[in-house]
Amino acid sequence: MADAIVEVINVNKSYKRGAQKIPVLQDIDLSVPEGDFIALMGPSGSGKTTLLNLIAGIDKSDSGEVRVSGTDIAKMSESNLANWRSRHVGFIFQFYNLLPVLTAFENVELPLLLTKLNKQERKKHVEAALDIVGLGDRMRHYPNQLSGGQAQRVAIARAVIADPTLIVADEPTGDLDKDSAEEILTLLERLNKEFKKTIIMVTHDPRAAESANVIRRLDKGVLLNGAKA
Amino acid sequence: MKILKIVFKNAFRHKLRSLLTATGIAIAIIAFGLLRTVIDAYYIGIEASSDTRLITSNAVSLTFFLPISCKNKIEQIEGVSKVCQSFWFGGTYIDQKNFFAQFAVEAESFVELYPEFVLQEDQKKNFLQERNSCIVGRKLANKYGWEEGDTFRIVGTIWPGDWDFVIRGIYDGRDKATDESSMYFHWSYIDERMEQTSPGRAGRAGWFYVGLNSRDDIVRVSEEIDAMFKNSMAETKTETEKEFQQSFISMVGTVINAVRIISIVVIAIILLVLANTMIMTARERIGEYAVLKTLGFKPSHISSLIFGESLTIALFGGLLGLGLTLIIVKRFGAFLENNMGGFFPIFEISNTTLSLAILAALAVGLIAAIFPTITAVKMKISDGLRQIG
Repeated sequence: MADAIVEVINVNKSYKRGAQKIPVLQDIDLSVPEGDFIALMGPSGSGKTTLLNLIAGIDKSDSGEVRVSGTDIAKMSESNLANWRSRHVGFIFQFYNLLPVLTAFENVELPLLLTKLNKQERKKHVEAALDIVGLGDRMRHYPNQLSGGQAQRVAIARAVIADPTLIVADEPTGDLDKDSAEEILTLLERLNKEFKKTIIMVTHDPRAAESANVIRRLDKGVLLNGAKA
Repeated sequence: MKILKIVFKNAFRHKLRSLLTATGIAIAIIAFGLLRTVIDAYYIGIEASSDTRLITSNAVSLTFFLPISCKNKIEQIEGVSKVCQSFWFGGTYIDQKNFFAQFAVEAESFVELYPEFVLQEDQKKNFLQERNSCIVGRKLANKYGWEEGDTFRIVGTIWPGDWDFVIRGIYDGRDKATDESSMYFHWSYIDERMEQTSPGRAGRAGWFYVGLNSRDDIVRVSEEIDAMFKNSMAETKTETEKEFQQSFISMVGTVINAVRIISIVVIAIILLVLANTMIMTARERIGEYAVLKTLGFKPSHISSLIFGESLTIALFGGLLGLGLTLIIVKRFGAFLENNMGGFFPIFEISNTTLSLAILAALAVGLIAAIFPTITAVKMKISDGLRQIG
């Protein structure tokens, strides 16, 4: 079995609503081996997106450790965390979250602007990423000129462009029709199998979860026992 | 570089809103530029005035006369090179709307004391020789189509009667700031008729221009003149020409201060407009900023985007406003110089005003971006992402 790339150890997280403290995650322990594809399922409000955010370093736990590639990201400063995210995590969102004023090419190029790559090198990488997602011919299109499936594929290209350690996907098929969702899931499977990318996907769609190697369920902030898909 | 591209694209994402905001800024800059130019035009007379000439007037008020006998006494003071009596004539040329400044002066000393009124030698000679001759500024001559040798009549108001003049010289200003919209004629022309018709009004001067040999004598000579007439029937007040001009300005000082305040208020108002636009913009894009932060973009990048967008709109509006101000000042300025030359001998936008206008636009852009930037930078990524969808 491969070494764990993500280790969540005894993590708790709660939100404050006025004076009231609402627990979202309770005593979470999770280990994701390198190269795995895991689906986090659960009803709305179960805490799956919060857990994903903690793993991706865009939110912080109240207690416990979140280790990615051996680094406890919960202890990082905001600035270091931003650098870390840009190098180690690729994000795929439900609503694609492309910048509408930028073309597909420019959207995919965004993470590379934080690297030292020159324009030519960036171009090479972006073209390759867009080819992988099958949008080599849509580079100059703006998001509003793309279908939902195409926009999500651009978002996937953006997620993999910096060759991250981990890809996190929050309901990547939630806004897509059946065919487009299939395409996206196939693409994610390909990234996992062919490019050996570790993927953690939040979904409440059982069909989407079937693409993953492991399904973990959350209910009321508690992680239930795992099961093979 | 790419950030700059995003800034420009964002700035004009909502074209109508950006255009309206920029237009608001442009209008504010026009108002700011014009109001400051009006103030500058008021002060330009002071800049043109000499600080080596003194003006002695009645200590009570300019509307009170001094006896002409003062002249000889002033001339006796050491350091005084020339003394020229003068008064405001204030007559009407054809119609009251044809207002221009008319001064009775002792011609010989006047042309020597005022080398900035440039006359050809033969014009100067002819002016000095003929009792009812006058010299007029180039702008005034152009306005009424006057040429050398032309005659015209002015109906006296303060000095009753019909007064016929012949133009013997059209002077040009030596400097840009020199007034070219006034008329000067012989004091004796008026005085002689007054002797015959109203002897009580003869032998008077509204003020004396006092030329000095050295600038170092200003304080001493001023004090000596005023001391000389202390406790007399006509006590004097002597000041430099600059101070004299400033005292005129101070009469309308409240208005000028009000204009100054308005020019600042206009900028403050447009600051609120742009700030409102930027707050709306940042609120709309909070999700995008969250995505950028997720991808690893730092607060400095987010700040650059918001400040850049605000500055782009402000600068666009500022430059648009400045361009229009230049056009308006050029066209309107020519009208003012020709028609209200007495008040606005020069109506030109100064480099200082240009710089201040651009600085004001930039300041508005910067200040308007502060609040939305703080909001966007402090925003938690998870909160920002929740607002999408």
